[in-house]
Amino acid sequence: MPEAKKETISRLQQDILRWQGFALPATGGAKRIGLGPLEDAFPNGVFPTGTIHEMLCPTQEQAAATSGLLSGLLAILMRQGGVCIWISTGRRLFPAAMEGFEVAADRLVFIDVPREKDILWAMEEALKCEGLAAVVAEVSEISFAQSQRLQLVVERSKVTGFVMRNNLKKLSTSLCAARWQIVPLPSKLKDGLPGVGYPRWQVDLLRVRNGNPGSWQLEWTADGFTSLEETVTEIITTRQVG
Amino acid sequence: MKKRYASIWFRHLLTDWLTLRQPELKQVPFVLVAPERNRMIITATNELAKKQGISKGMAAADAKAIITSLKVIDDLPGKAEKLLVALGEWCIRYTPFISIDLPDGLILDISGCAHLWGGEYEYLKEIVRRLKDKGYDVRAAIADTPGAAWAIARFGKDKPIIDPGGQVEALLKLPPAALRLEPLMPERLHRLGFYQIRHLIGIRRSALRRRFGEGFLLRLGQALGNADEPLQFLQPATVYAERLPCLEPIRTAEGIAIAIQTLLEKLCKRLQSEGKGLRTAILKCYRIDGETVGADIGTNRASHSVSHLCKLFELKINTIEPALGIELFTLEAPNVEDVSPGQEVLWSSGGCGLDNADLAELLDRLAGRIGAKNINRYLPHESYWPERSFRTARSLTEKPVISWRSGRPRPSLLLKKPERIEVTALLPDNPPMLFIYKGEKHVIKKADDAERIEPEWWRRKRPHRDYYVVEDDQGRRYWLFRSGHYWDEDSQWYIHGFFS
Repeated sequence: MPEAKKETISRLQQDILRWQGFALPATGGAKRIGLGPLEDAFPNGVFPTGTIHEMLCPTQEQAAATSGLLSGLLAILMRQGGVCIWISTGRRLFPAAMEGFEVAADRLVFIDVPREKDILWAMEEALKCEGLAAVVAEVSEISFAQSQRLQLVVERSKVTGFVMRNNLKKLSTSLCAARWQIVPLPSKLKDGLPGVGYPRWQVDLLRVRNGNPGSWQLEWTADGFTSLEETVTEIITTRQVG
Repeated sequence: MKKRYASIWFRHLLTDWLTLRQPELKQVPFVLVAPERNRMIITATNELAKKQGISKGMAAADAKAIITSLKVIDDLPGKAEKLLVALGEWCIRYTPFISIDLPDGLILDISGCAHLWGGEYEYLKEIVRRLKDKGYDVRAAIADTPGAAWAIARFGKDKPIIDPGGQVEALLKLPPAALRLEPLMPERLHRLGFYQIRHLIGIRRSALRRRFGEGFLLRLGQALGNADEPLQFLQPATVYAERLPCLEPIRTAEGIAIAIQTLLEKLCKRLQSEGKGLRTAILKCYRIDGETVGADIGTNRASHSVSHLCKLFELKINTIEPALGIELFTLEAPNVEDVSPGQEVLWSSGGCGLDNADLAELLDRLAGRIGAKNINRYLPHESYWPERSFRTARSLTEKPVISWRSGRPRPSLLLKKPERIEVTALLPDNPPMLFIYKGEKHVIKKADDAERIEPEWWRRKRPHRDYYVVEDDQGRRYWLFRSGHYWDEDSQWYIHGFFS
């Protein structure tokens, strides 16, 4: 009996995932994108594409760290020659830095929206375009209803969206697949040599839909993302999340 | 049908045009000059200068001796041809076949056109009157051959219109120069005693050919109508435009949308059959109260897709103010390009590249609302200076020619303008120990060696910069620089970027 029950439960779980807009991994061929143990936190152990990810970056330094991690993710998502659209009001992303993260910067289309309220409109339009590798938007905040709209769009078009938000005052629940927080960590060079080493971050998944939140340490080296051994279990939150 | 030709002679083409541009020249005798064999030779004169005995081909110095107040203006090479093309295009209202007759005339093939103006006399009068009203001093004539019309326009004394078949008789009294001969030929004929064309008619062709060559005979034959004269006609630019008059004035957004849809369907059908697509389209709505409102769209790649163009216009419909109602819509496509039909993809690579039509349509929609200048793509640029190390791509499909500079790390975020910071650093060139940015103190734990970046020598106005990658005690990484040498009076520290 317990065998049968387990099967039922797992089937129900799959159903719930499907209803919530998660694409089921293709039979056995689910590709991991190389985030190491962090990826196990997501449902089915696969980084969810075709959904919206929310990234909190209240300070410039965190925004820079988030851009770094995002660049690494974009490099993987754009590997097949896709185009990424980056929407913001006061853009500070430095195209020349993207080479360090192996992103083809000429396939990034920057949209500098003059008014804040047009960003989410532009993002929704961009997410409707099937075949885009990713859409990134820098906003100050996003409400539940707005995230719902975006989620409905990506369920049809299967484009991955990233929302970088810098105003955490009105942090509410959202329909995003995951809520990330990336904090820079002191870098270390081998054998204690002086100087600044590879970028290193503490990546917190504060919320993961149908997954397990947690905290990990990642480093970007010449080989891509490297997970660091000493994983921190407790989540360092800079601000109360509610 | 018997062919009829009109020749229009602009007696002072360039000077009339200059007078139109600068009305103060009207009262002044002036000439245009061009250098020729180390002398300034007059190429055009105005009416006032001509009356006082100044003619084409004189040296400018001689002319100045005759009229001391003569104004001398440099000639504009190629201007005459451009003017004639523009005037020829204007004349298309009179006949579809117009040929440029350099240096100062037009030849119109008017076969079957004149009756629309009530006969050749009225027709010619209308053309001359309209051109004179514009400010051009013209003479015109109509004859059976272009050569005869040319001759009568320039040398005719009696009447400007030569009846069909009467060109031989009309030409007899004219001097040989009326035959459009090579430059020195008329003088030579004059010396030999041929004062009028009539003296040439009776001479055997073989004798004329031996003395004056084949070209002379051809010109004579063309004027008399014995030889053909092929003309090269102007090709006016085709206009892609549609109009939609409405029985009832349109006042609603739905009505405007339907009008746009109808116009686009007509226009796109024509574009598609010609293998073209539009890059810009202008919609004009004529209201009953006499005002004109409108909207325009642009696309990133030539398109003749009705649904896509409709979507672009839909974004603009709410900017169209119908007021009492719109009675006429016109749609014009001034910028049209060839469309390369998309090839069916058998195995799609899974992503949509920059040449994808969906992406181009998305960017068109975004550009319609937020402006095309706000949509950019960046390509590497050959410069070490961080602000100049990238440039905007000119088109959506432009590929980078050089690769991005790799080597020293670059920050993920770059401030548009470096911001000043307070720094404590060991002299002469140690990295900073701490810095204060926006009131916060950062104690630096790790730093890399300086990277000196100098502006290019051809714009060396600013001092060089010594860049440091630093990391503070909380692991935050920054890009700082000191502009100038540490001993300089105005050396200053700045923050320029944030590393990830």
